[in-house]
Amino acid sequence: MHRINKLFSTIAVFLLMLLPAAASAADGHAASEPGELDMKNYIFGHIGDAYDWHITTINGHHVSIPLPCIVIDGGLHVFSSHKMAEHGYTLNENGKLVNAATGKRPLDISITKNVCSLILSSILLVTLILLTARWYKRHNVMKEAPRGLPGLMEMLITMVTDDIIKEGVGKDWEKYAPYLLTAFFFIFLNNLLGIVPFFPGGANLTGNIAVTLFLAVCTFLAVNLFGNKHYYKDIFWPEVPTWLKVPIPLMPLIEVIGMFTKPFSLMVRLFANILAGHIMLLGVVAVVFLTAKLGPVLNGSMSVIAVLFGVFMDILELLVAFIQAYVFTMLSSVFIGLSRQEPEHETKQIETTK
Amino acid sequence: MSLITPDFGLLFWMTLIFAIVFFILAKFGFPMITGMVKKRSESIEKSLKEAEAARNEVKKLAREQKKLIDQTRKEQARILNEAATAGDKIIADAREQARVQTAAMIEQAREDIRIETGTARRQLADEVTNLSVEVAEKLLRGHLNSTERQSELIDRMIEEARRNHQNVN
Repeated sequence: MHRINKLFSTIAVFLLMLLPAAASAADGHAASEPGELDMKNYIFGHIGDAYDWHITTINGHHVSIPLPCIVIDGGLHVFSSHKMAEHGYTLNENGKLVNAATGKRPLDISITKNVCSLILSSILLVTLILLTARWYKRHNVMKEAPRGLPGLMEMLITMVTDDIIKEGVGKDWEKYAPYLLTAFFFIFLNNLLGIVPFFPGGANLTGNIAVTLFLAVCTFLAVNLFGNKHYYKDIFWPEVPTWLKVPIPLMPLIEVIGMFTKPFSLMVRLFANILAGHIMLLGVVAVVFLTAKLGPVLNGSMSVIAVLFGVFMDILELLVAFIQAYVFTMLSSVFIGLSRQEPEHETKQIETTK
Repeated sequence: MSLITPDFGLLFWMTLIFAIVFFILAKFGFPMITGMVKKRSESIEKSLKEAEAARNEVKKLAREQKKLIDQTRKEQARILNEAATAGDKIIADAREQARVQTAAMIEQAREDIRIETGTARRQLADEVTNLSVEVAEKLLRGHLNSTERQSELIDRMIEEARRNHQNVN
């Protein structure tokens, strides 16, 4: 164990020593020099969204799948992303689609790389779950247990239901199970697809703030739309000394802020974890290219280290993919459970006053 | 920075697609699976309970059976014992009866023999007497032509008869 730790720290120190050297080397030269790795474009190109799905570059020729752009700009415009210029649109410095003439951003609901990945993963998710459901429809559950895919799905579903939803939500958990299960499998599947480096995967969907924002809003609605009287009483009239409530509603204010910080933390946690994982993986892979001009010996040895470290990071990301899906679902369950808690101390109070 | 500003287009599609996915899965996917899994686990639980009950029942039956066998064995032993005793008694009784009967029969036979002997002896005596008388008659017819001789003979014969009588007795 000690030796492994030592090995990893040595590798890490090597990497840290090399990165600034390479970066300064890159700064010294002209950024446009061919064969030079542009770190900013490299990383943000991979973790950001795009209007086409870039697969690879062969001899300076980009191989990418064009995706449809859908723009509402005084009427609906639908065109291929490769023919953007012909339709009078261009990309601004942030890589967003703008009107070439005015430079303004139109209402843009293009099928971008992330949307495309979202559609594909959703089809996959629906297929997986419906295949499992179909197995149950066609077999007598009293007589046999599923194997293969339905077996795996059943194991995951049972785990999420028993360990997360029943524990977190408590009473009436069946009502919330479909949402929480959908959220779990959606996050888990997209996290996994995000690690796959080539076409159907590779999009940074769960590391995108819009996606995590939407999921957090869903949890926020699930918590607050079905919260019981006790939950709202605790927010607007908590059991604290009266001067904390009137004339300045200090505690209610804090509680109301708390209503929003809970889903906000969900949003940021998922986003930051997945984004950071992608950036770290990209950084490790970049070592191979950054050390290219330090000589073949150094480049070769660093490549080996980068590959080993990349394998380690990939396995770590697999774990993170699961843990983040688990944590999001678990915290959502707990928040829902808290909003449906029945007051326990009130009955006790009545008993003591009697 | 575009990384932390949610993009409207993606948000729009996310809402739409997630809503559709959620609708499909919540209607046709998860309730089906969780319901079936629940059904199966309930059935397994029920089966386990039933198996437990059956096991208990079997144990109870075995215990009862053992008790029954023990009881039967005891009963058997008792009956055998009784039968043996009864047999012994019957044999003893029979033996006793036979002994008594035999003794009576032997006694009877002895009595009969004694009576028969007495009768035979009397008949023999009569027979001998008749024979003697006949013989004497024939002898006398030859010799008793004188009166002395006749008297002498009568005396001798009486003497003889007395002696004879004394010998028999």
